[in-house]
Amino acid sequence: MGENIEFKYTVENGEFQRAGEASSDVKQKLKAMGVDPSIVRKVAIAMYEGEVNMVIHANGGEITVTVDPDKIKMVLDDVGPGIPDVEKAMEPGFSTADDNVRSLGFGAGMGLPNMKKNSDNINIDTTPGKGTKITMEVDLKEA
Amino acid sequence: MKVNDLIKKDLFKVINEGSDTDREIGKVFCCDLLSIAMGKAPAACCWVTVMGNINTLAVATLTDAAVLILAENAALDDAALNKAKEQGVTVLSSADPIFDTALKVYESL
Repeated sequence: MGENIEFKYTVENGEFQRAGEASSDVKQKLKAMGVDPSIVRKVAIAMYEGEVNMVIHANGGEITVTVDPDKIKMVLDDVGPGIPDVEKAMEPGFSTADDNVRSLGFGAGMGLPNMKKNSDNINIDTTPGKGTKITMEVDLKEA
Repeated sequence: MKVNDLIKKDLFKVINEGSDTDREIGKVFCCDLLSIAMGKAPAACCWVTVMGNINTLAVATLTDAAVLILAENAALDDAALNKAKEQGVTVLSSADPIFDTALKVYESL
């Protein structure tokens, strides 16, 4: 241990069929590394919500996952439309998803709240018209 | 009750036998809105839903559900079935509505 391990993923635009592939891959890798199942679950859920958001709102993007001895860090970087009102977007139930997204069972406005719930630290850096960078950390200590 | 015990009871049709049928089933969880399921489905749950698309499989995998049951004979499309096989998720099917399906599982736990 001691060395940081990094995984990188590209999330494609509009690829609803593939949404979740990056999160599933991270889940399997963390499991194989022997990370506590409850921590793996938090990472998988938080990252999947972010991945789906990228597909729905941001024309895809890049995800970098870093595992160090203390925590798992996920950086989700997109060049989408940005979030005009982050506070509003964090409210459970607030959604700007269209009917197509809703017909698939998403778009209930639970994504960001769920990302917050499943991470120990979340930072949202967004500029309308430029993109959004979300950094989430899940502690490896105290399962 | 383990997943393979539930399969053996023959209450439901087996759509896909997953890779970890030796797992203990925890709570029974009913929900069709994936947004909610993603936040609320407990690990090791038996998830009963009528939503059978590929994203259902992603949610089942990532929330670590023990078994997925499609109520009302809801169909699993090909992409979703392939995903179930690929991820080793056990998927069962029931002709009954969600409540009755969940109750059957609950009563056998």
